[in-house]
Amino acid sequence: MTSVSAATGIVAQDVCKSFGDHLVLDRVSLAVEEGTILALLGPNGVGKTTMVRVLSTLIPADSGAARIAGHDVVADPDGVRAVIGVTGQFSAVDNLLTGAENLQLMTDLRHLGRGVGRRRVAELLEQFDLTGAAHKLLSTYSGGMRRRLDLAMTLVGEPRVIFLDEPTTGLDPRSRHTMWQIIRQLAAAGVTILLTTQYLDEADQLADRIAVLDQGRVVAEGTPAELKSRIPGGHVQLHFADPDELHSAAELLPVAGRDQNQLVLQVPADGSVDSLRELLDELHRARIEVQRLSIHTPDLDDVFFAVTGSHVSTQPARDPAAQGAAKR
Amino acid sequence: MTTLAYTLSDSRVMLRRNLKHQLRYPSMTVMLIGLPIVLLLLFVYVFGGQLGAGLGAHQGRGAYLDYVVPGLLLITAASVVQGTSIMVAMDMTGGIIDRFRTMAIARASVLTGHVLGSLIQTLAAVAILIGVAFGLGFHSSAAPLDWLAAIGILALFAFALIWLAVALGLAAKSVETASNTPMVLLLLLFLSSGFVATATMPTGLRQFAEYQPFTPVADTMRGLLSGAAIGGHAIAAIAWSIGIAAVSYLWAIRLYNRRRAAEPK
Repeated sequence: MTSVSAATGIVAQDVCKSFGDHLVLDRVSLAVEEGTILALLGPNGVGKTTMVRVLSTLIPADSGAARIAGHDVVADPDGVRAVIGVTGQFSAVDNLLTGAENLQLMTDLRHLGRGVGRRRVAELLEQFDLTGAAHKLLSTYSGGMRRRLDLAMTLVGEPRVIFLDEPTTGLDPRSRHTMWQIIRQLAAAGVTILLTTQYLDEADQLADRIAVLDQGRVVAEGTPAELKSRIPGGHVQLHFADPDELHSAAELLPVAGRDQNQLVLQVPADGSVDSLRELLDELHRARIEVQRLSIHTPDLDDVFFAVTGSHVSTQPARDPAAQGAAKR
Repeated sequence: MTTLAYTLSDSRVMLRRNLKHQLRYPSMTVMLIGLPIVLLLLFVYVFGGQLGAGLGAHQGRGAYLDYVVPGLLLITAASVVQGTSIMVAMDMTGGIIDRFRTMAIARASVLTGHVLGSLIQTLAAVAILIGVAFGLGFHSSAAPLDWLAAIGILALFAFALIWLAVALGLAAKSVETASNTPMVLLLLLFLSSGFVATATMPTGLRQFAEYQPFTPVADTMRGLLSGAAIGGHAIAAIAWSIGIAAVSYLWAIRLYNRRRAAEPK
């Protein structure tokens, strides 16, 4: 884990952070190799955003150390700031300016010079498909456009390390795929990326490595394949019309979960046609009547169940500010 | 480029951003500049006849116009800083400030941009108000140098109020709060020599009025514009301005650096 060369990528060692008596980060260690993507996976309120804020010099950690491309976040914050780009959870754009003016603001603050700056603005508008809306005020932008502009602004200085805090939360499927494509291109170009997400499929799609965060601790870390091999896989939910049928089925089949009130039984299955056919044949032979069934592919909850033994805690109240902001 | 050059360059960029904001948010800009003009008309044409009579024998509306212009110039400054406070709070409650904080830019340039932008807005508003006052028949015996001194005193005091407004904007938890707190400045202005001579006030109030910052500034400007002696008022005005600016500046920088450091968000 500490094999990452000191001059590149992201290295965090035993980072702790509390707010009041609430421990948000509990000795978090991470390492991201140069040019790779690490996904920090976890539900709301487990400390993903706080970790990004510590690594991007927005807030100091209580203890522990972190280096970004060789710069210490405490000793050399401006060194860090010169090489990073951050796209936060809620849009960091200037609503009273146009898209082009927002980008120009960034080129000016990066001291790119007039000619270079103007070329870079045109380039990014083109790359992010915003040329048509370049001179419109941001109040006319859709959610997807704002997010694209947000990321474009982050890329103005050609950062070597990028933090993306829930880059696709709240986006429609099409915008989401566009965003995924952009992120992949960046990694292919050698940019080191740390992204946070609450979607397993997003982490699976994009990341070279995934770190699962739970209550401020990294509870699992590995490649998507390694992590998925620890998940028992998906399951099939069988819905019954009466309790007797449920009971008979429960005696016959390996049960992963059961809900007596809803008359639902969960049976492990990998979702393949063969396994389904086998399952249905077995039920048919035993003359058990199933009302309907649904197939469930693994998600964040399964990961959590596999690595922590408990389900994702449903405590949305934990991080109300983040949620309010995300809705904006 | 040197550090100083970067600081100047970043501040200039932020100033340009701020001036663009003023143009893109015209309803607020017009409101802030329009309020003092409406008040000028109100004071001269509604209250002016009676208040002018109080200035002495053979005085009237015209004399009151001459008397009240410094007060309204101060209203202009106090009105503009309300916008400063709102704009600062808008920046701080939005996402863009986090972007600025993760960039290697001169940290204070965000605030410098607001301060310079507001100062320019104040001077523009002052120019408009003086123009309207002359249109209404304002009469001044001041020489160009006196005018320069009067505007200088006003600009210095406005500079202090702007830093105060920046601090209030930073301290405010929401944009709504930020738009309300600077109202206190308007109230203070009414309890000064801006609109009526302090001598006409009851004892307790008079003492308060004589020892608060708006009075020496109003008296100094009035003296300069009417060609009368300004006495020690100028020194008091300058001292108040420097004092308020220094305290507000330190307060604002402190709030700015501490901002969000302790928030879980």
